[in-house]
Amino acid sequence: MPTIVVEVMPKAELLDPQGKAVAGALSRLGKSQYTGVRIGKRFELTVDEVTDAVLADVTDLANDMFSNSVIEDVVSITVAGSTPVVHDETLAVSIETVDEN
Amino acid sequence: MTRVGVVTFPGSLDDRDAQRAVRLAGAEPVALWHGDHDLQGVDAIVLPGGFSYGDYLRCGAIASLSPIMAEVISAANSGMPVLGICNGFQMLTEAHLLPGGLIRNDHGSFICRDQTLRVENTDTAWTSGYAAGAEIIIPLKNGEGGFIADADTIARLEGDGRVVFRYVDVNPNGSINNIAGISNERGNVVGLMPHPEHAIEEGFGPDTALAMRNGTDGLTMFTSAITALISA
Repeated sequence: MPTIVVEVMPKAELLDPQGKAVAGALSRLGKSQYTGVRIGKRFELTVDEVTDAVLADVTDLANDMFSNSVIEDVVSITVAGSTPVVHDETLAVSIETVDEN
Repeated sequence: MTRVGVVTFPGSLDDRDAQRAVRLAGAEPVALWHGDHDLQGVDAIVLPGGFSYGDYLRCGAIASLSPIMAEVISAANSGMPVLGICNGFQMLTEAHLLPGGLIRNDHGSFICRDQTLRVENTDTAWTSGYAAGAEIIIPLKNGEGGFIADADTIARLEGDGRVVFRYVDVNPNGSINNIAGISNERGNVVGLMPHPEHAIEEGFGPDTALAMRNGTDGLTMFTSAITALISA
């Protein structure tokens, strides 16, 4: 079954307290090479078939439901697996196909 | 008798407390259910605190898509008084009835304290009974109460007097400009992170300088809306 992956991150200019807490733990472990950590979300949507209409709908959902544009950005919408490459310039974010293997 | 609806969502925590506040303020509380499309003819609505849908996705996000929210949004847009407390405030921002958003407290911890607020705007449906600039003590309890918005939105809120409550002495969660609560342009929709329904009866409220647990500063929020409705 094809999977569409949506990734959402807190806006870069906003404080990410979760990331800050993890960064603090890394620092306490002596891992000073990591100067920053930010934590976001990944949504995996399973569909029967990936079509332009489905991708357009996922893009709307990504912008309107999966993220809140006041505090977050949709950073990617990706079709995972062996489905055809789809890229629609009219969509708000780029859509890429990657091979999960 | 004025009827004030309190919506219960899966994971609501303070719906019964809000109903009790409505009753002590002199109105009839009406329990409303998130899954209905029915406001049962109420005159005002309270979206209570809690952890609707376990705070999944984002606090208040899934609740803002509940069936009854279509009616709440429509009623709010036609001028009905709507108060969002804590999780209810988060729902109002997610439903775009109020601008900005609430993010995790800047210090990363849940906080629970008796919080002093200054009432900055007494022209809203829920603050008309307070004296301008009054300092009130209201319990605050949240993990994600940091109010944020872009610079233009903050400037507009400040310029239009839509910052209704501001934290005094302590900024408990990193909110921009110490903002604790805001209103919509019309002033009928108000959201705040602290819990006025926990400061309505002596013996069960926040500590004050006078005595332990005797703070009742939250009651005026409910009587403000109810008084306005009775005289309307």
